[in-house]
Amino acid sequence: MKQFQSSRRSFLALAAVTPFAVMATSACGTSGPGSASGGGASMWFLTGEPNQTTMQKAVDAFGSANPDNKIAVTYFQNDAYKTKIKTAIGAGQAPTIIYGWGGGGLKTYADAGQVEDLTSWFDSNPDLKNKFFPSSFGAATVDGKIYALPNQYVAPIVLFYNKDLFDKAGVQPPKTWEDLMSLVKTFNDMGVAPLSLGGQSRWTSMMWLEYLLDRIGGPEVFQAIFDGKPNAWMDPAVIETGTKIQELVSADGFIKGFSSITADSKADQALLFTGKAAMMLHGSWTYGAMKKDGQNFVQNGKLGFVNFPTIAGGKGDPKNGVGNPAQYMSISAKATDKEKESAKKFFKDGIMTDTVVDAYINSGSVPIVKGIEAKLDSSPDKDFLNFVYALGKDAPNFQQSWDQALSPTAAEALLNNIDQLFLKSITPQQFAENMNATLGK
Amino acid sequence: MSSATSHRAVPAPQKIRESVKQKSALPWLTLPALFFFVVFAVVPLVGVLALSFANWDGIGAIGVAGMENWTSVLSDPELYNSLGLTFMIMIVSWLVQTPISLLLGVFTAGTQRYRAALAVLYFLPLLLSSAAVAIAYKALLDPNFGLAMGLGLPFLAQDWLGVPQLALGLIIFVIAWQFVPFHTLIYQGGVRQIPKSLYEAAQIDGAGTIKQFFHITLPQLKYTIITSSTLMVVGSLTYFDLIFVLTGGGPGNSTRILALDMYLRGFRANLMGPASVIAVILVVVGLALALFLQRLGGKDQQGSQLEGM
Repeated sequence: MKQFQSSRRSFLALAAVTPFAVMATSACGTSGPGSASGGGASMWFLTGEPNQTTMQKAVDAFGSANPDNKIAVTYFQNDAYKTKIKTAIGAGQAPTIIYGWGGGGLKTYADAGQVEDLTSWFDSNPDLKNKFFPSSFGAATVDGKIYALPNQYVAPIVLFYNKDLFDKAGVQPPKTWEDLMSLVKTFNDMGVAPLSLGGQSRWTSMMWLEYLLDRIGGPEVFQAIFDGKPNAWMDPAVIETGTKIQELVSADGFIKGFSSITADSKADQALLFTGKAAMMLHGSWTYGAMKKDGQNFVQNGKLGFVNFPTIAGGKGDPKNGVGNPAQYMSISAKATDKEKESAKKFFKDGIMTDTVVDAYINSGSVPIVKGIEAKLDSSPDKDFLNFVYALGKDAPNFQQSWDQALSPTAAEALLNNIDQLFLKSITPQQFAENMNATLGK
Repeated sequence: MSSATSHRAVPAPQKIRESVKQKSALPWLTLPALFFFVVFAVVPLVGVLALSFANWDGIGAIGVAGMENWTSVLSDPELYNSLGLTFMIMIVSWLVQTPISLLLGVFTAGTQRYRAALAVLYFLPLLLSSAAVAIAYKALLDPNFGLAMGLGLPFLAQDWLGVPQLALGLIIFVIAWQFVPFHTLIYQGGVRQIPKSLYEAAQIDGAGTIKQFFHITLPQLKYTIITSSTLMVVGSLTYFDLIFVLTGGGPGNSTRILALDMYLRGFRANLMGPASVIAVILVVVGLALALFLQRLGGKDQQGSQLEGM
């Protein structure tokens, strides 16, 4: 009798515990490959509107059209995601679809054999390949092989300005570096900060260097750095770029306290639309955010935008752009064949549908899809969209953001040294030397 | 054995067996703790030590690096900057936090109701997560949109987090704001352990409040001070979240403490080898400090504090 009781008790305990154990194992599984419901693929994407909703709608639409290939998405914050995805790939727990920015990060994955080579798949799907801007494939390519699908939108860096403040000062947006330096004086005399900058984020300061180096030395200088040529960072154009930056800092070009402002908080954008700062060099993606947060600043036509100024004697074409040519999605090499098939199907039929393209245009972005001129023209934001489209399409050279183009090791050293360059705690010469030591790392 | 003892031993074998059983069971009781210690402390420690001699980007294959990571990290001026900053924050935090929490602890040890109410108020900062504290301070201190501009006090609108010295000072302040409540609690407990009779005797002898504090409270709190200091000093090696959110190590490298340096090298720059070297240095420094503080207490720490009263 006793025996029976105790065995019944343990049986009951077992019965009570089993569902939890099953739940726990299946819950663990969703973060790894091979466990998305319906045998489909898993994907990690970024939080933040409007893109999160756009992506969720695309995934839902694809899932209802392809019940056997549903995509399970998990959302992460941008900075947290960058660390998480690296750790997950290193631990063999990557999702089927790896979202990223191409360039140096993608090269790390490709070199470690963690992402699928999509070259032959693109060759057998020429319609898909021809759908996108050719320039968007550069950062998806490592050693001549395509490892990622370009998607979403082109995001060049643009010089934004506050039209109200320019009217009040009776000045025109800068065409040359001299114009910019004299505007710095004009606005400082008016008691307005000439340039907004979220310097604590560091990649925000980097955007100034990218354009300056391109205008001064042409795209060849960074190409040599990218290729890891010996002493590529010691080019005189790099040192002149650093000198110009420090001149701008010394002339109080950037708002007081710029090194404690972060881009995540969007305080830098707020400085521009509240009239505390006259100009801001920032990614085109801030247009949509300012439209949403700026209390009709954008809608009333107060936001101006121009190309980065030219520099006397500079070698670079003033039409050159820098920024993000697109965003990228790769397929984990560790995923099962079934998951890979689901992911490829999603790449082909689900990710850049007409609905998604319209959603991006509505949020003030230019999708990387060809033949959208008519759609852009009918948008209320057509001035800005056409400006960005032309910049992306007509640029003789479109340089990918340095922190994405370089290897993670070199990128972290770069951001650290840029921070010190802006604080004037190192000289332009030291900046070049420090960076030169990272070549090939 | 005499018959007398055997008489008395009738109920005894049971007891003896029980006590033997208990003694032999004691080592087994440590097994769960030992298991967790090995799995969560020893194994990772050995792993980190091994990684510090390896070449790894966190994603690809792991290669052997030999002494390369150690020589490159030990010859890197950034390490000494981080190490210096870590000790600076540690020492200044101790100097700021110890007197404040000691005095607050003594004050809140009283039994009046208003003191209990104040103690609850003082304790609130500890209930907030470091990340939340950092985000709140960051928003309040923003020179353009922060508290100073909101209240119309432009002289307070300094570039608090953008000037190296100010940023470091501010971090020490926020750390103190967050952790003083915890140490206050420890001191409050310590003070309440001091026997009332000591104070009564002192009062009869005519000692005032200040004399009582320096001659009874402070000496009686010796071991509480050492405990609190150990937690403060070793804990300061792990200040990470607060600084990561507040300044990210900037401006420049002015607040890049050792733990943050380790994270940035490992997870931002994909240099797991050098990051492991720093992790090993952190462990060594932490152990050395803890041992040093234990020594300060002396051997008699094991004995009762109430001896000789």
